Amino acid sequence: MEQAMEYALLAAFFFYLFSTIAYVMAVTGKASRVGKDVHTQRWSRRGLVLAIIGGTLHILFTVIRIAISGHFPTSNMFEFTAFLCLSIVAAYIVIYFIYRITVLGAFVMPLAVIMLAYASVFPTEVKPLIPALQSYWLGIHVTTVAIGEGALAVGFVAGLIYLICWVGQGNRTHTRTAAFLEGVLVLLLMLVGFVVMSGIFSGLGYQASFQHSVDEKPVVEEYSMLPIVSPHDSKVSKVDSFAGLEKPLFEAPSWLKGEKAAGKLNTVIWSVISGLILYGLLRLFLRRRLYELLFPLVKNLDLEMVDEVSYRAIAIGYPIFTLGGLIFAMIWAHEAWGRFWGFDPKENWALITWLFYSVYLHLRLSRGWHGLKSSWMSVGGFVVIMLNLIAINLVLAGLHSYA
Amino acid sequence: MSVIIDKWSIIAPAKDVDAEWGGGEMENTKCECGHSNPVGTTLCEYCGKPLEEENASDQPLEMRYDGKARRSQTKKTTWVDHVWNFFSSVKIAVWLIVITLVISALGTIFPQERVIPSGNPDVYYKQKYGTLGDLYYNVGLSDVFNSPLFMILLAMIGISLVVCSLDRVVPLYKALNNQKIVKSPVFLTRQRVSRTQPIPEEMDKGELLKALSKALRKKRYYIRQEGSSLLAEKGRISRWGPYINHIGLIIFLVGILLRIVMPGWYLDESVFVQDGKTKKLPEVGYYIKNVKATMELYDQKDSREQAENGQPVVKKYETKAILYKKNPKTGKLQEVKKGPISVNHPMKIGDLLLYQADFEANQTQAIRLQLTDKKTKAKLGEFRINLYKPAPEYTLKNGMKVRILNYFPDFVMEGNRPTTKSEVANRPAFVFEVTGPKLKKPERSWMIAGTNLDDISKANRYTIDLTRLETANSTGLMVRIDKSLPIIFTGLGIFMVGLSMGFFWYHRRIWVRVKDDNLYVGAHTNKNWFGLRRELEQACQVTGLSLSFSPDQRREE
Ligand code: HEM
Repeated sequence: MEQAMEYALLAAFFFYLFSTIAYVMAVTGKASRVGKDVHTQRWSRRGLVLAIIGGTLHILFTVIRIAISGHFPTSNMFEFTAFLCLSIVAAYIVIYFIYRITVLGAFVMPLAVIMLAYASVFPTEVKPLIPALQSYWLGIHVTTVAIGEGALAVGFVAGLIYLICWVGQGNRTHTRTAAFLEGVLVLLLMLVGFVVMSGIFSGLGYQASFQHSVDEKPVVEEYSMLPIVSPHDSKVSKVDSFAGLEKPLFEAPSWLKGEKAAGKLNTVIWSVISGLILYGLLRLFLRRRLYELLFPLVKNLDLEMVDEVSYRAIAIGYPIFTLGGLIFAMIWAHEAWGRFWGFDPKENWALITWLFYSVYLHLRLSRGWHGLKSSWMSVGGFVVIMLNLIAINLVLAGLHSYA
Repeated sequence: MSVIIDKWSIIAPAKDVDAEWGGGEMENTKCECGHSNPVGTTLCEYCGKPLEEENASDQPLEMRYDGKARRSQTKKTTWVDHVWNFFSSVKIAVWLIVITLVISALGTIFPQERVIPSGNPDVYYKQKYGTLGDLYYNVGLSDVFNSPLFMILLAMIGISLVVCSLDRVVPLYKALNNQKIVKSPVFLTRQRVSRTQPIPEEMDKGELLKALSKALRKKRYYIRQEGSSLLAEKGRISRWGPYINHIGLIIFLVGILLRIVMPGWYLDESVFVQDGKTKKLPEVGYYIKNVKATMELYDQKDSREQAENGQPVVKKYETKAILYKKNPKTGKLQEVKKGPISVNHPMKIGDLLLYQADFEANQTQAIRLQLTDKKTKAKLGEFRINLYKPAPEYTLKNGMKVRILNYFPDFVMEGNRPTTKSEVANRPAFVFEVTGPKLKKPERSWMIAGTNLDDISKANRYTIDLTRLETANSTGLMVRIDKSLPIIFTGLGIFMVGLSMGFFWYHRRIWVRVKDDNLYVGAHTNKNWFGLRRELEQACQVTGLSLSFSPDQRREE
């Protein structure tokens, strides 16, 4: 059973990857033999079918995991992120059947690949539930949130496409929009960098640990990546040598005191460095900026249509997110903790996400907020979601951080 | 020959524009068609012709509330008008929401006061987070969600919701309930989706309209006809979505307000009860007996049921409890309810809810201390201090007396000041005063659980030593009343209904008019224009006219 479950997820991962490739083929292929339209149609259909098979396998994984663990697999970072990936794919498929824009797949599917890879960085074992999570609301609340966020993520991707299109079609390569757009793409590369580095270090079985004290109690902090930065005022217990480096390069500042703060800072530094290196390599070999690289994929799109797709995805995601992230969250919090809202960091960021998208919707009521500004808002909203997923879970501990 | 009117859509919003963002004043109220419109109207109520502005312009019309005037646009003199206009503005609403958002984000930088493990936030933030923490506390961010600022923001959003809804719902209602079917060609050609098509000679105009109306009815439009004009409409319910969801939010906020202002509507207390003991619940007339509190662990042998570091994981916290009420006549306790309380399964009686919130295994309840004369080695007696109800003074042998000067149940040093982290006796510390016939003046002595203090009291003649701890399991229960919950959840339910109405339905209207051998088609939707275009094209296909409504390859600016 467990084997089957792992294979299902692995297969899903590869199908997402193949789907990405098919979509890229669909929008870039020259296709002299059959003609552009036929070629695009053919590969687009292949991409879609591959995505649907991937999604089905992903659902299979989820079902087996429920059978094994007896609870809905949304109880830790791995499970939640994997489910978010599935939601993104599902939301994409729905949106595809409304608008039938092939290019969208060429951007959403790689995001799904990154998300699933990111998920697998976290411990994947099935673990027992602490008492607070033992409720059917775990399944209801968290899945609804994830589905909502999946749709909002598709809104983000469409927004990103709009920006690439806007810069490219108008030849606005030296505008601030172009610069910020490149920045967003580099941020995504950092996420990729994090996944790659985690993969490399864990493949090598890398280990390092430090001794230091937190609140006057001695603690040992484990690192999974080569320590560039060590905890403040700490002693090395063990550092595997890697690429000739065997000592941390510097020490964390004294105000960074939390129990695992230095390790997290170390991970962030690695993500930034590897993201920048990846970016540097891409620039070096392709001799083009990232958005210039992506522009040919989107050059034929109608801006107004892309804007509507982005809005539509958000208009689907917003009510679902409200239901899951606010209403179900309140009902469950009321049952489990005796208060329906406690301004716990995680709750707070759900509120912030919700307020952000409320602002988006209200601004769209006004002239001049469609298109460019609106697309930036959709990108910003996704940044808030990712902040919630990555930063709040890892950095700010609260009742909700169970991973 | 056909004209595609729809080439500005990228500049014009997909939805109607609030006049405050760009509408203008106007004087003209009488339309060319002869109809007199109220002041502030932008599109003739009767024929839909624009009343103001550059009449020559061919920009798509602003269709918000079909051009009906809102109070906030017509009344701008008295202070009531100014307040009204302030709160009815979407711009202001956006700012209010943004400010709330920013404050919420700032509120997560450091933990809020409610959850810090210290009763003295003034020292805690500075000590734990340094200067930044001190600033955080002093600016008031450490308890920002209970601050007047936050309350005022919520209140302003509430007022704004009421005002903006009233301001708009009346004109919207009037516009939607009083629609004329025959519209001026200007109105039709200046819709965002619009088409003017000369009708071929061989086509019968009546048949054409009939076919169109049939095709649209198939697409579930509600059709009205007057002469050679059609009005097809569907999904009007979508327009009420925002108002319903705002009403839901208003109800939600009223619920929050009521729990603050209504006495007895909100209670948030907690009790610790030892196994076997009965305690009165704070603020309510009930007593609770903790029959037994238990903690169950996952099976350690099953590797899957272990946490990562191999430590056992808690499976369940449960308190077997009995709830009593005092009989006013006899003064005896009478059982009211009995049952287990566990996480996610509170005990409920009326409005009162009891939650399993804490579990303390082997908690120290009392300590036994021994007073010894260091000179003579004589033991001068043992005394017991109940850590949750310490007696102030203890009389021992040979006329010795021990008095408690100060007691810290959960001792910590904050800076160089001794204080207590909580009311739970995790690390009890005492300052005693010992008096007796052999002492000229009273002696002070410190006792801190788990700490050797021989140096501090070296000069003392008498020492106080710990002989025994008395421990028991105890359960921590939360005692809650929140009478506004039904209101709050009703509000949220209505909010969801409103959202669904607004986002999963679309208000689409299609006006058709045959005039002077031309077919005029104009259409409007509150969202999702592509769907509307597709429907229109499909409907026209059926009638044998294949008209394209697709926008040209367009460019912004
Ligand atoms: C946190 C508070 C609020 C939330 C969550 C909220 C939510 C919404 C939503 C979901 C819509 C529908 C948007 C669409 O269909 O695209 C909407 C529309 C609207 N909201 Fe709000 N709103 C809030 C506060 C306010 C306030 C304070 C005002 C006061 C000016 C306001 C004014 C409007 C207006 C004028 C509309 C458009 C109504 C129409 O289309 O006829 N909102 N709101």
